[in-house]
Amino acid sequence: MNLDFSDDQKFLQSEARKFLEKEQSIQKSRSVLDTKQQYDKDLWAKVLEMGWTGIRIPELYEGLGLGHLELCVIAEELGRSLAPVPFSSSVYLFTEAIIKFADEQIKSEILPKLISGECVGTLAITEQLFAPTENNIKVSVDNNQITGTKIAVPDASVATHVLVICKSELGSDLRLVDLTNNNCEVHDQDTIDNSRGHSLIEFNNANSQLVGDAGGGWALLQNILNQAAVLFSFEQIGGAQATLDMASEYAKQRFAFGRAIGSYQAIKHKLADMYIGLTLAKSNTYYAAWALLNDSTELEVAAATARVSSTEAFQFCSKENIQTHGGNGFTWEYDCHLFYRRSKLLSLNIGSLAAWKEKLVSGLERSNLNSSQ
Amino acid sequence: MDFNDTHQESEFRATCRGWLEKNAQLKGGTGNDERYGRVDEHDFLNSARAWQKKKFDAGWAMLHWPKHYGGLEASAIERIIWGQEESKFNVPRGVYEIGLGMAGPVMMQYASDQQKARYLPPMAAGEEIWCQLFSEPSAGSDVAGLRSKAVQDGDDWIINGQKVWTSGAHFCDYGIIVVRHDPNIEKHAGMTFFFVDMKSPGIDIRPIKQITGGSSFNEVYFNDVRIPDSQRLGAIGDGWRVAITTLMNERLAVGDANGADAKEAFEWAQGQDDHGQPMIKNSGVRESIADWYCQASGLKNTKLRTMSALSKGDTPGPEASITKVVSANKLQAIGNFGIDSLDMAGMLKTDDADVHSFHDAWLGSAGLRIAGGTDEILKNIIAERVLGLPQDPRADKGLAFKDIPSGN
Repeated sequence: MNLDFSDDQKFLQSEARKFLEKEQSIQKSRSVLDTKQQYDKDLWAKVLEMGWTGIRIPELYEGLGLGHLELCVIAEELGRSLAPVPFSSSVYLFTEAIIKFADEQIKSEILPKLISGECVGTLAITEQLFAPTENNIKVSVDNNQITGTKIAVPDASVATHVLVICKSELGSDLRLVDLTNNNCEVHDQDTIDNSRGHSLIEFNNANSQLVGDAGGGWALLQNILNQAAVLFSFEQIGGAQATLDMASEYAKQRFAFGRAIGSYQAIKHKLADMYIGLTLAKSNTYYAAWALLNDSTELEVAAATARVSSTEAFQFCSKENIQTHGGNGFTWEYDCHLFYRRSKLLSLNIGSLAAWKEKLVSGLERSNLNSSQ
Repeated sequence: MDFNDTHQESEFRATCRGWLEKNAQLKGGTGNDERYGRVDEHDFLNSARAWQKKKFDAGWAMLHWPKHYGGLEASAIERIIWGQEESKFNVPRGVYEIGLGMAGPVMMQYASDQQKARYLPPMAAGEEIWCQLFSEPSAGSDVAGLRSKAVQDGDDWIINGQKVWTSGAHFCDYGIIVVRHDPNIEKHAGMTFFFVDMKSPGIDIRPIKQITGGSSFNEVYFNDVRIPDSQRLGAIGDGWRVAITTLMNERLAVGDANGADAKEAFEWAQGQDDHGQPMIKNSGVRESIADWYCQASGLKNTKLRTMSALSKGDTPGPEASITKVVSANKLQAIGNFGIDSLDMAGMLKTDDADVHSFHDAWLGSAGLRIAGGTDEILKNIIAERVLGLPQDPRADKGLAFKDIPSGN
């Protein structure tokens, strides 16, 4: 029985934490938010130097060829420090999909460049102000050329490549588009968390390459999202832990009516509830990491379970952290709102809480059906 | 990360399993095990005694104990493995947990060698059943507010007062008890710990009828009850420290609230009609089931993390402290859901096993949220011991016990 990370993985995690503290990742996140720069160039350059972008890339393509667990511990630290870099787009959403579904020619061309940062990738899904489905997507492909508009695409302004889910003759395709030499226009969009860049992309007969089976794009997308959900869950538990730590520290130092506010049960019980939610989420996320590592048939349910509990934990912890800080928590100056914004962004970026609860229950229905056959 | 036993653990599991298969029946599909309170108490006690004796003779009763008290000197992880395997079998539970889980460790730590040799083996063998006498009418969450009086008289102590919520007192042979030997000093300093023969003259046991209709616990009155000083556990005035050790063990012993869980709610909703379609199609129901499933699997995976630490020989983190507060509330919500799902007919008691389990969950959970530390006390403990928040300022601090306001 071993539902825990190895000593090497824990060492990697503590080194990552030290690095991100030294680089003042949270302050850099604030500055990206203030200036709407989309990401922090300096921090991204240093993250690339650390080699984290190559953790999962096979040695054949100059990567480290490690498993998912090393990526999980890095994700937790990126979440804890609100790192304003295109790591999650380029690694969880793009690199993982290329490794798993792209053909040899694409892999050998792109994977080494993803490590160095010469290429940065992302994934474009949403088009309208409601949930995308296989039937309502309008961006379409004809003769390998994509036309239409995607919105809220993460890190599109820094990305060189984008995977696009689009309507095709046989259903839906997952297609790779090179954003640098194509008929694509990228416009930055204002969001609830401008510490992470999001953009609209207009495709005007943009050349594309098919990734995976023609017509089977939607199924590939679900697989990519299930995997990414586990990694984003690690960012969420990292963020939730950071806000619980902030709230606990503040409650010990802030005095009211002659005593530390942390000595009042109203505050204690609130913080205990934060700890309870975080602990459940963390344990579910560890289990999902195991399912991801082993590409288990349980991944769908395990990832949804991790996603739902981590989304709830981070949203709860970040809002109650503001509440614990009182009026100070509502100021731009305190960091509380940075986490509150990030928790909301992460609760939406790969589908809403309601959508993931639905995935969880339909996954249970399917596995229940399978086990009774 | 993996969920496999080590070679040694898997051999141990096979040994447990082999013995259990020879000596007990695997649970059936319905999971209806013999629980205390479901069948006639006299018959149930007899079957619990027989099972405990059988385990003791093979060394399983208290497998982590030293061999000379009937144990196997098993490790913490082996103890968990045994528990996991035993829980798959239909065996009587609910009679010995408190005695073995709370009185056992305290006797092991504080009794004399002679007393250990006399009391521990029959305790493990189930021949003598033990109870715990801490709570009092005016000392619930504030156990240290207890008032039962102990006055020294030669080689004896004379006990007067009342204990309450004493599970199983009416069939127990011995009990562990904490009492006040000096009300004139600070409250935590004025307590002393003993074990007592429950058949002693002056003990009067009266069952309490619970909201479930059952009576598993009691009021216990002490009227000039004599306890020999040799049955004192720890020094005079050490009672609180000894009691705290025991309460820590109780939190581990109480643990999970058993009963209808996310899986049962899910399966029930698949079969239950809701305006002509299965209730599982109702989006509100789906959302609730997702929440309960996340909680249930969160607790299961938290347990696996604790086991991982034990398996490596590490001390587990504080994460298991969330177990009871989460599981008791989940049980209450699921019981409530199951009853509501029957609409107007939900009020009816029926013979249907599922409906019965929802009624049980709804009523029983109200007690589980209190037993072994209320939700509120457990959250205080998480806040203070895990998160390091300061204690509440206390109105009783520095006062002699007799001067503490009591509201009456």
